[in-house]
Amino acid sequence: MPDPNVYNDRVVTVLVVLSLVWAIAGMGAGVFIAAELVWPTIDLGQEWLSYGRLRTLHTNGVIFGFGVSALMATAFYSVQRTSHVPLFAPKLAWFCCIAWNLAVLLGGISLLAGWTSGKEYAELEWPFDIGITIVWLAFAVVFFGTIANRKVKAIYVSNWFYGALIIVIAMLHVVNSMAIPITIGKSYSLFAGAQDAIVQWWYGHNAVGFLLTGGFLGMLYYFLPKHADRPIWSYRLSIVAFWAFTYSYIWAGPHHLHYNAIPEWVQSLGMVMSIILLAPSWATMVNGVMTVAGAWEKLKTDPALKFIVLALAFYGLATFEGPMLSIKSVNVVSHFTDWTVGHVHSGALGWNAMITFGTFYFLVPRLVGAALYSVRLANIHFWLALAGTMLYVLSMWGAGVSQGLLWLSLDELGELSYGFRDIMASMTPYYALRFVAGAIFLSGAILMFYNFVKTMENRTTVVRRIPDVTTARSAVEAVA
Amino acid sequence: MSVLGLHRKLEENAGLLIFGILFVSAIGGLVQVLPSVFQDELVAPTTETKPYGALELLGRDIYIREGCSTCHSQQVRPLLAEVKRYGPFSRAGESAYDRPFLWGSKRTGPDLHRVGAKYSDAWQRIHLIDPRSVVPKSIMPAYPWLAEKEADPRNTIQTRMKRLRLLGHPYTDDEISNAPDLVSGKTELDAVVAYLAVLGEAAGSGEGMAH
Repeated sequence: MPDPNVYNDRVVTVLVVLSLVWAIAGMGAGVFIAAELVWPTIDLGQEWLSYGRLRTLHTNGVIFGFGVSALMATAFYSVQRTSHVPLFAPKLAWFCCIAWNLAVLLGGISLLAGWTSGKEYAELEWPFDIGITIVWLAFAVVFFGTIANRKVKAIYVSNWFYGALIIVIAMLHVVNSMAIPITIGKSYSLFAGAQDAIVQWWYGHNAVGFLLTGGFLGMLYYFLPKHADRPIWSYRLSIVAFWAFTYSYIWAGPHHLHYNAIPEWVQSLGMVMSIILLAPSWATMVNGVMTVAGAWEKLKTDPALKFIVLALAFYGLATFEGPMLSIKSVNVVSHFTDWTVGHVHSGALGWNAMITFGTFYFLVPRLVGAALYSVRLANIHFWLALAGTMLYVLSMWGAGVSQGLLWLSLDELGELSYGFRDIMASMTPYYALRFVAGAIFLSGAILMFYNFVKTMENRTTVVRRIPDVTTARSAVEAVA
Repeated sequence: MSVLGLHRKLEENAGLLIFGILFVSAIGGLVQVLPSVFQDELVAPTTETKPYGALELLGRDIYIREGCSTCHSQQVRPLLAEVKRYGPFSRAGESAYDRPFLWGSKRTGPDLHRVGAKYSDAWQRIHLIDPRSVVPKSIMPAYPWLAEKEADPRNTIQTRMKRLRLLGHPYTDDEISNAPDLVSGKTELDAVVAYLAVLGEAAGSGEGMAH
């Protein structure tokens, strides 16, 4: 019989470790495919090392392995603390942890085997689509069940974001994955052509929105105030930003289809809503930065907080760049180029990975009851992560802007100035730099893994008792 | 009641909060995505657009399996430079039989929507097996296994076509019953080359260009 006065943290610890394993595997795959674009024969003519298959393994590994495991871990950790109760249905939480990671593992193998729906970020075929829907429902039951049991009257803001993650991703996934099966590893989408494109980017853009942005904002809203030891700067701003974000993000998907064969009004609306999205995005950034204000001196000594603050900076950069790229006259240059890849990675490396690293540096010592093995290594990791991200983003800006402009360039007679092959060949230096950038970033993650392994060698038994405070009027006070 | 007071209700009632999130996030989809799903002219095939033949369909599915669309778009934008480089711009109706759509999001290699008219089948075969023998600076992977594998070892072509017919692709009974003969003895390479050869067959004249 589990003790009702103790938090369930073992499942959190396991999820953190699995998340890190996926980080290294997924980023490793990324570094390898980056190398393939410089030295195309290193796949040795093997199907399962081929770029087209490994690329999906990379994206699925980092988003669904590293990202979702980290989100589950931190959601389970913070929902208990903001509700002052242990997890609802802890066995179901273990089911989420194991089944999700198994699905990503087997799904990854199936991608290497060539099972793919061909829809970006939704490549897993129908058996996996059904499986992860079930796990996701279990995640919802554990999360909302814990909230329903809460002893704190108000539901804290981090939980709104985690809740939106669970609800909206379920909606997107179910609709976008609808397909008619042919074999166990092949299906045809229920949607065709232009309709499929609109549905896919409604999914694709908002998977980024509610998973990589919203989910991780949940992480930010809990761990940043905890870590800075200060309450969120403005509670009102968090309310406004949350609802504006939830409302407007959904509309922005069609900016992935500018000048494609979809109706003009859909493109224009997508562009306008993408620009509007800048407001809630930056409102959240301001709220975060102002929360740290006054605790700046902690940055000198605390690598975890450094990661979180840097993540906020990249969040601000990526959420500024996104609306700019959605403007049709900018998009005409950036679309189909490496600029998009750079944009994604300024978010994925600079925001998602950094805030996760910062959170894990905070979390792991608490979970295992031992001081971090080496603060020095964590500081080195910080600089590797920053250097890797900057080099990545800069190399892709260079590649993307030159691609975009050279493709469109016409000479004075109105003929194309450059052949496609020459433009492609001129990308090699940028691709080589990107490979180096990825390798630097990955080496930092490996350093962190080593640091945590050494930390865990000193682990002690930790029992986190639920504090006897149920009198706080609002969750804000309870957390503060 | 003040707005903050109203919000307190949401914060103190998980059911209301869940409903609120679902409601607010659904509006965009309902207004922007749902009309497209019911807008038939978006998926009405152009007069030149035909469903893929048996071998081409298998080729397309292999193209998807190998992730070709991660590096090759199939979407010529209505821009002067693009039309000059690739051919007539892409129209919605041309993708009416594309499940999933393969417009892509990245051009590491060139757009392929009009590639059929550009290269011979013989060139495509050599290029797929050893890209650098015909394009020295190419960074495309080689696909030697395509030549070694049977296109449809498990006789799935009829299932594929029947399921697509369920979804509205106008295959005739004859086309479905003849399909196994058309693909038997063919390799995956034959199938992919056949698919690439028909890309662009339904291209329009490029009239009505927007830019």
